[in-house]
Amino acid sequence: MADLSVSAASPTGQSQTGKIALRWSLYTLLCLFALFYLLPLFVMLTTSLKSLDEIRTGDLISLPREVTFDAWRTAWSGACTGIQCEGVRPYFWNSVLIAIPGVAISTLLGAMNGYVVAQWRFRGANIIFSLMLFGCFIPFQVVLLPMARVLGMMGIAGTIPGLIFVHVIYGLGFTTLFFRNYYVSIPADLTKAAKVDGAGFFRIFWSIFLPLSLPIIVVTVIWQFTQIWNDFLFGVSFSQAGTQPVTVALNNIVNSTTGVKEYNVDMAAAIIAALPTLFVYVVAGKYFVRGLTAGSVKG
Amino acid sequence: MTKWLEENTPKLVLAPSFIAILVFVYGFIAWTAWVSMTRSRLLPKYEIEGFIQYDRLFASPRWDTAFGNLFIFGTLFIVIAMILGLVLAILLDQNIRTEGAIRTIYLYPMALSMIVTGTAWKWILNPGLGLQAMVRGWGFEDFTFDWLVDPDMAIYTIVLAAIWQSSGFVMALFLAGLRSVDEEIIKAAQVDGIPTWRVYTAIIIPSMAPIFLSAFIVLSHLAIKSFDLVIALTGGGPGYATDLPATYMYAMAFSRGDIGQAASSAMIMMLVVFAIVVPYLYSELRSKDG
Amino acid sequence: MKSYALSIACGVALGTSGAAFAEPQAEVLHYWTSGGEAKSVAVLQEEFAANGGTWTDMPVAGGGGDAAMTALRARVLSGNAPTAVQLKGPAIQEWYEEGVLADISAVAEANNWEAVLPASIAGHMKCEGSWCAAPVNVHRVDWIWANANVLEANGIEMPTSWEAFNAAADKLQAAGIIPLAHGGQAWQDATVFEAVALGILGAEGFHKAFVELDKDTLTSDAMVATFDQMRKMRGYVDPNFSGRDWNLATAMVMNGEAAFQIMGDWAKGEFMAAGKAPGEDFLCASTPGDGFLYNVDSFAMFEVGGADKQAGQALLAELVVGKNFQKVFNLNKGSIPARTDVPLDEFDSCAVLSAADMAASSDNGSLLPSYAHGMALRGAQAGAITDVVTAHFNSDMSSADAVQMLADAVANSM
Repeated sequence: MADLSVSAASPTGQSQTGKIALRWSLYTLLCLFALFYLLPLFVMLTTSLKSLDEIRTGDLISLPREVTFDAWRTAWSGACTGIQCEGVRPYFWNSVLIAIPGVAISTLLGAMNGYVVAQWRFRGANIIFSLMLFGCFIPFQVVLLPMARVLGMMGIAGTIPGLIFVHVIYGLGFTTLFFRNYYVSIPADLTKAAKVDGAGFFRIFWSIFLPLSLPIIVVTVIWQFTQIWNDFLFGVSFSQAGTQPVTVALNNIVNSTTGVKEYNVDMAAAIIAALPTLFVYVVAGKYFVRGLTAGSVKG
Repeated sequence: MTKWLEENTPKLVLAPSFIAILVFVYGFIAWTAWVSMTRSRLLPKYEIEGFIQYDRLFASPRWDTAFGNLFIFGTLFIVIAMILGLVLAILLDQNIRTEGAIRTIYLYPMALSMIVTGTAWKWILNPGLGLQAMVRGWGFEDFTFDWLVDPDMAIYTIVLAAIWQSSGFVMALFLAGLRSVDEEIIKAAQVDGIPTWRVYTAIIIPSMAPIFLSAFIVLSHLAIKSFDLVIALTGGGPGYATDLPATYMYAMAFSRGDIGQAASSAMIMMLVVFAIVVPYLYSELRSKDG
Repeated sequence: MKSYALSIACGVALGTSGAAFAEPQAEVLHYWTSGGEAKSVAVLQEEFAANGGTWTDMPVAGGGGDAAMTALRARVLSGNAPTAVQLKGPAIQEWYEEGVLADISAVAEANNWEAVLPASIAGHMKCEGSWCAAPVNVHRVDWIWANANVLEANGIEMPTSWEAFNAAADKLQAAGIIPLAHGGQAWQDATVFEAVALGILGAEGFHKAFVELDKDTLTSDAMVATFDQMRKMRGYVDPNFSGRDWNLATAMVMNGEAAFQIMGDWAKGEFMAAGKAPGEDFLCASTPGDGFLYNVDSFAMFEVGGADKQAGQALLAELVVGKNFQKVFNLNKGSIPARTDVPLDEFDSCAVLSAADMAASSDNGSLLPSYAHGMALRGAQAGAITDVVTAHFNSDMSSADAVQMLADAVANSM
């Protein structure tokens, strides 16, 4: 940690009061930013706990006069997403079925690709890597139509495996990037020594690189999980009745253009849909930074 | 045979992913380029008709707005998010007691989907229901914050919401980078009497060049994907003042059954991305190679 | 997950029964997702089930159908089209031209659709002479709604000309009431625009401009006058109108903050849901001008394989145009039946007025398709016009410039 603040014997001669003032302003600044980041979540939470009348007549930021959990109940199992009024619960499971395999496969592939590009330099490896990296930049709208055609030809259109397939393909750029950056900082001598000992490609990966990879695996898993769980475009285009993910359900609840807008239900549904990713970030955030620190971001 | 296998295992392992990217990224870009030269409407057609779609594109005032917005939004978003992320990382690096909690607070917006972000900010920025109304309610009658409904200022609300969502992530990247700078160099500098801020500007920040690359890639990716955010926050309005090439493309393809137009706008968008990202990638990876 | 299990069960049943008798199945893509609409469509599902059919729901909300169209395109391209899709207007014929719609003339003829549907509406349901879609309802777009008490308190009558509207609006503004409640989304701007245009251009002018896309009409003085009136309307809305949802604007009329709203008859649903009575709490009238702008929702049947799905289409089509569904659905939704022979005694006064107007305008040739709601033009042209309308409304563009931009945009969209 760059411990620059603890320089009590600093030759620049900062006075004690000066340092305390600096400290206070530091904390104030951090607090102001914290408020900035928390404001929308606060609004969403309080709105989801208010009744519709209170929302209509009240203030944006005011705390609920009367806390009701009706909106939450409705959002989970009663909101109308079409003819069925079953809330987001049925779709939640679809998202899980899509996200977990998607994350696992793309992480594994990214690890192997990163390993190859970082440690097994062959002619053109860097060019191949750059070409793969460019895949991070393609806007998804561009690929919707041709992908629909391809999925149809492969016979997996509208299925969960179809969605997993799409997410894996378009996650490869990022997962490869994360692992490659991480493995590049592992000294090549390690690999050389293992080769001299007679270990092969997969052996070296399994016994040397994989054990070292926990931090970057966490980073990759968090990133991929967020991307896949929060995706709407692929979800709406490549699913059919019965395989729609939770983002499609959320959209149906929040964006119905006719009828009474139940803002409290909308907000509750949005928070429910966001809970897994929020959970991952809050719980694993510490490992996230640790993972990034452990050399993943450096070239 | 086994020797050949052994020698080429790395390439074989990489091959499936590489081929997949070739087909599903570059192949599809080529498909889009093809369609952008046809008269496709509702569904794709494949008879080449020349550059009519591009002529139509450049004659459209809405495209001019969308294209201009891409640069305004893209530049502001990437630059401000980087600066903010860096500043926050430096602040957090100062041995803060509640670092874990504050870091989580800065980071969590990234977990939310763009629909959620857009919906929440739409409320907050609404002059009649949100911040402006609240502050006026506190007695400041002249306070105005109606960017959302002002055609000239609306694009900046998108910048604001996007920065809110992503700067925490950039901060995490930079924080990690700050912490991996060699302790010895910093101690040596302190012993030499160099002031704190100088240590940052002259030693630490320059050594984090690779992190700037990662941050740039992540932010550019998000800028291009900000389609969901625009739709949720402003719907492209007021009028079409906050249209971006991504939303233009989507509208053409899916609401207007004008896939040829959608394809041409997508190609221009890819060209811009290409022109910016490729030189940057080239310079960064070049230097790393040596 | 229920529907998934159900379709598996059906699949198994079909497989084992040898499909000697096809069990009707339909996967229906639609964007009726809010509480009120969902109830309305549930009626159809119940009837379908009562007749032995299995309904698999595929709802995709948002943007007046944009997201649903995205899903549809992807499904068609992947060779996996839904059985029935909520489509309307020229989009139906556009899809027909791609060769992906099914022919339901057999059902139409067996149930005598030709006789019970108005001619212009029947026209929308046909693809080169054969029937390809089933109409659900008729929405009227050119309504003006008002808060009865506000009007009474200020001594104003429902305006029958745009001059009268302007005079009333000025009076209301002086009294501190917002004359026109409006939501600044492109389709709402377009709705107000076409109501104004109908009044100023007249029925024939409207047809020339927005169905035939006649350049002279698009650049005529009457069109300039239309944009002038739009500029005036801009002055009658409150500063926070941008991005507002239409039902929030209706709420403004309901609570007396605003006096008028120009919106289709789904606004009536809002009033009724809040317990307001037509004629007492709120007033409905056609916007100044002669004519009736309609918006017809319908289900288009796509080319699908399998006897069960085709049976599903036939059954669905038959039920949709059936008297019972037409009555119940429209009672819930605020529109009027597409079928002309449904008794209207259970419908409210505004609906009855609407039906009478529809019959009258059908007779004298002023029953016109709404451009703003995708009935008159294909997506590309309608979108181009809306771009100009919304740009004009949200800036201080002059009417002359707007008219020129309109002509250019239409030419560019062909």
